[in-house]
Amino acid sequence: MKRVYVNEEWCLGCHLCEYYCAFQNSGESDMVKAFGRDEKPVSRIRVEDVDGEDGIHFAVSCRHCDDPQCVKGCITGALSIKDGVISVNEDKCIGCCTCVLSCPYGAIVIDEGKAIKKCDLCVKNGNGEPACVANCPNRAIVFEERG
Amino acid sequence: MRLLNYVIIGNSAAAVGGIEGLRSVDKEGKITVISDEPYHTYSRPLISYWLEGKVKDSNIYYRDKDFYDKNKCETIFGRTVVSIDKNAKQVILDDNTSVSYDRLLVSTGSEPFIPSISGLESVSQKYSFMTFDSAKEVKAALKKPQRVLIMGAGLIGLKAAEAIADKVSSLTIVDLADRILPSILTADAARIVQKHIEAHGAKFILSQSVKEFRGNTAVLSGGDTVDFDILITAVGVRPNTELISDAGGKVARGIVTNKAQMTSIKNVYAAGDCTVSHDVSSGSDKILALLPNAYKQGEVAGINMAGGKAVYENAIPMNAIGFFGLHMITAGSYEGKTHIKKSGSQYKCIYYSDDVLKGYILIGDVSNAGIYTNMIRERIPLKTVDKKLMFESPRLMAMPFAYRREKLGGIKQ
Ligand SMILES: Cc1cc2nc3c(=O)[nH]c(=O)nc-3n(C[C@H](O)[C@H](O)[C@H](O)COP(=O)(O)OP(=O)(O)OC[C@H]3O[C@@H](n4cnc5c(N)ncnc54)[C@H](O)[C@@H]3O)c2cc1C
Ligand code: SF4
Ligand code: SF4
Repeated sequence: MKRVYVNEEWCLGCHLCEYYCAFQNSGESDMVKAFGRDEKPVSRIRVEDVDGEDGIHFAVSCRHCDDPQCVKGCITGALSIKDGVISVNEDKCIGCCTCVLSCPYGAIVIDEGKAIKKCDLCVKNGNGEPACVANCPNRAIVFEERG
Repeated sequence: MRLLNYVIIGNSAAAVGGIEGLRSVDKEGKITVISDEPYHTYSRPLISYWLEGKVKDSNIYYRDKDFYDKNKCETIFGRTVVSIDKNAKQVILDDNTSVSYDRLLVSTGSEPFIPSISGLESVSQKYSFMTFDSAKEVKAALKKPQRVLIMGAGLIGLKAAEAIADKVSSLTIVDLADRILPSILTADAARIVQKHIEAHGAKFILSQSVKEFRGNTAVLSGGDTVDFDILITAVGVRPNTELISDAGGKVARGIVTNKAQMTSIKNVYAAGDCTVSHDVSSGSDKILALLPNAYKQGEVAGINMAGGKAVYENAIPMNAIGFFGLHMITAGSYEGKTHIKKSGSQYKCIYYSDDVLKGYILIGDVSNAGIYTNMIRERIPLKTVDKKLMFESPRLMAMPFAYRREKLGGIKQ
């Protein structure tokens, strides 16, 4: 299955993937509008940084695990697997954070008072390639089969 | 080959894990699900959200409406299994009918423990808080605001408290322990959460038990009295193990199984709150009455029942819960050295030994907590991580480069 893979050495730490993810999932057609509104759009990918000269940066998003701890542990049944893609039913999720407790990678994003957010590889709103990958300027994240 | 006949007792998290585990291996065998509760499988933790009005009726269910159809399950709901006849390989129901099995899964969960307190029978309105039905009863009783007394400041008692806080005229919670949530919080951590809950109108009476009820008055061990209209008991749960012990199977507080979730009785498996688990963070056997644990044990049982191979390992106590918007996540065992940081209602305590992370308590900011959970479950050697970075906050940056390359880059060395 195609997944988002990280080429850590190539990551510039520009955080563009976060912006594009948040925008893609905002339901807005205009970036200025998306980021200008009161309810800020939330990114499903997060970049970890250590600043300084030989700083390290890399993006983290859902691995779509074969043995997904988040799905198995979800106390409401809001998380499910379809064709290998793990997504959340936002109408059902109560934001209890059991999936945050369970995910080994920190790939679940808390959206205070609302359903959690997680990467669904843009299957619902994308055009084949996840928005983060499409907009990474340095191919530090790619969408491909790596077994 | 003849189709196998699978029977599952119970219809909650462990049973659903069992069904999904079975069907991942055997698509055709016959599955019969028997439960004394008359409902489509629902999420037990959601009963408090439902009572609070945050979850609508149609969202309390743990799986979609077509779940049994899709998984080709027959259901017998509203019937209790009264015994297992292991020689005839049958379960006997309360209407004297029997159902035959080739493999049986006992996922009977737990039931509320009701303490014997003198005068308890004189309380006119008393409820427990474990089932959808009990939540419905509490809802009906609270049509108009009344004075509520909750016995037990554990997870279930406090979830009930949160659900009804704005529907009551007064809310008192009494517990014998010296702090709230004693099973998951230390005294320090508990104080923070207690203060937060008190701000929403609940009153706590700790280090005291109810000695006696005189009608709708509770007499406490310290001598004080509390008047109330409605009593909710949430002092603990006890595992439903009788079916197994009556059939001669091994029980040690909970049903004893091997790593494949098989009981000491041939062809009989068990999973969920009715079993004992091996906690790898403390190295001891205990009952882990938690939904993720129940599901995963059920799944392992199902796979093995159908002839596949799976083992349940790396279990630890782990809990994510929140009250009135304050999150907390706890996991593992609280032993060894500590790293503590607190400010206001934010709190963090990490427990560790020279080698590994043992446990943690996070209150407030719980982001990415699973990175810690994983370190405990997988016993990742502390010497391979950047301890300072990792203790500051859970992050993959503190893991070795090779770990990230494998997990994020998909490249195994
Ligand atoms: C209010 C509340 C909040 C909770 N919140 C959380 C939470 O936030 N996180 C978490 O991890 N866990 C939580 N839990 C615990 C969680 O609900 C349990 O761990 C989980 O439901 C266990 O699943 P189970 O399948 O083992 O058993 P159960 O859910 O107890 O189900 C067992 C079923 O078997 C039926 N049964 C028993 N005996 C028989 C018989 N002889 N014949 C027929 N049927 C029988 C029972 O009626 C029941 O339907 C909460 C529990 C409650 C009550
Ligand atoms: S959220 Fe975490 S546990 Fe769940 S599939 Fe993604 S990476 Fe795996
Ligand atoms: S936060 Fe939502 S998706 Fe995560 S475990 Fe709770 S209900 Fe499931």
